[in-house]
Amino acid sequence: MSAFAGYPRSDGRKGIRNVLVVAYLVEYAHHVAREITLRFRDRDVHLIGFPGCYPNDYAQRMMRALCTHPNVGGALLLSLGCESFNARLLREEIAATGRPVKTITIQQVGGTRAAIDEGEAFVAEHLPALEAAERLPMEASELVIGTICGGSDGTSGITGNPAAGRAFDKLIAEGAACIFEETGELIGCEHIMAARAATPALAAELEASVAKAARYYATLGYGSFAAGNATGGLTTIEEKSMGAYAKSGASPIVGLLKPGDLPPTGGLYLLDVVPDGEVRFGFPNINDNAEIAELMACGAHINLFVTGRGSVVGSAISPVIKICANPETYRRMADDMDVDAGRILEGHAELDEVGAEIRDLVLAVAGGAKTRSEDLGHQEFILTYKSFEPIGPACLPAAE
Amino acid sequence: MTDPRLLLLSPEDNVLVLRRGIEAGERFDFGAGEAVADRSLSLGHKVARRDIAAGEPILKYGAVIGVATEPIAAGGHVHVHNVRSNYTPTYSLPDEGT
Repeated sequence: MSAFAGYPRSDGRKGIRNVLVVAYLVEYAHHVAREITLRFRDRDVHLIGFPGCYPNDYAQRMMRALCTHPNVGGALLLSLGCESFNARLLREEIAATGRPVKTITIQQVGGTRAAIDEGEAFVAEHLPALEAAERLPMEASELVIGTICGGSDGTSGITGNPAAGRAFDKLIAEGAACIFEETGELIGCEHIMAARAATPALAAELEASVAKAARYYATLGYGSFAAGNATGGLTTIEEKSMGAYAKSGASPIVGLLKPGDLPPTGGLYLLDVVPDGEVRFGFPNINDNAEIAELMACGAHINLFVTGRGSVVGSAISPVIKICANPETYRRMADDMDVDAGRILEGHAELDEVGAEIRDLVLAVAGGAKTRSEDLGHQEFILTYKSFEPIGPACLPAAE
Repeated sequence: MTDPRLLLLSPEDNVLVLRRGIEAGERFDFGAGEAVADRSLSLGHKVARRDIAAGEPILKYGAVIGVATEPIAAGGHVHVHNVRSNYTPTYSLPDEGT
């Protein structure tokens, strides 16, 4: 008896959605790409893209990971024609997976109108087949679930984050891979976290990743800390970290990923989101959606988003489940929230009960139930410049 | 009897977290005595559980979350105006914590 049904992909993974992505490869193609997606509003045609005109290996790797994500069934690439992004390589990588793909080069087809028309024709041709695609039984053990907190306040670390952590523990027990992230929001917890590593070598890698984040943010002069965090009662980055760390639950940590690395087994992984080398491209992640994009690049089918202050975002490609930590925020913004974790603070629920509710919701959403942000049409997406070195040999467990 | 609006997360903590807001001028019991809120305190903010000296670590969840920059009286608001990070300075809007 399988949990739900998913879309089989040629690499052996399965998707919980069958999205056709329309991807601009430079900002100049953004408008054309958006116009194409708008003609298919309320169907699974999502806009993603990279704005930069100059080459970036990370962006190339991210776009490959996203266009071949298990929730993606096909891709339309929009190029202006003179940007540095390697459109040919990306198209070949997508085609090699058997997905329908086409590149439209705006300079070649004759400008905006021609490119929109040609793009619309491609989507109209392939979307019906994606919508009618057969699904096969899928198990919880085939899921990759990410978690992130955004718009955190003094309630996040007491209700929403630990509840997400309980959900992680339950999903990991069922064989899923779960990923928590933002090493810059683990500053101050690195030693407690390292004690949960599966191997001593991995423990050293975990500590090093947080030390790197601390150095990086110290150079920038700011932590991963926004004004609203302080308004919500958080005083320091290490306080925010302690609360954020609770999202990881209590399972052993089996690996450390960087954006685009796929977890080879089930279990709990940390995603290192802080660039390697000198501080070059500014803030590691300029907002929460940059982090969601990286979780998706690691294969996350669904992301659990814990908010205290009240974020409204969703994402292209992978559904976002919004867990509201603050009961006052929940009363104001219930329409945007999938889970009311603030009731823990008011004594109306236990952590474990909300954790179980989140786990059940993950399976329902995997089976096709829409999240609030999906219903509201949220499909935020952002990708910026970064630079990473490959992960070391101690970072991954042996594949099962 | 500690005010039910205040939450102790770990026995070694020197701060309590507000489960609900407390209005300016309201009296509350912080477990070892009573204090009067000198400003409105929102849900999620912290008050001192006992007197905290300048330079003393602030403990929440049983972990160090910063250092007091000035003496904080028991029951006082513990926030960006009297605590600093051991890592990176906190960015907040100008009127925060006052």
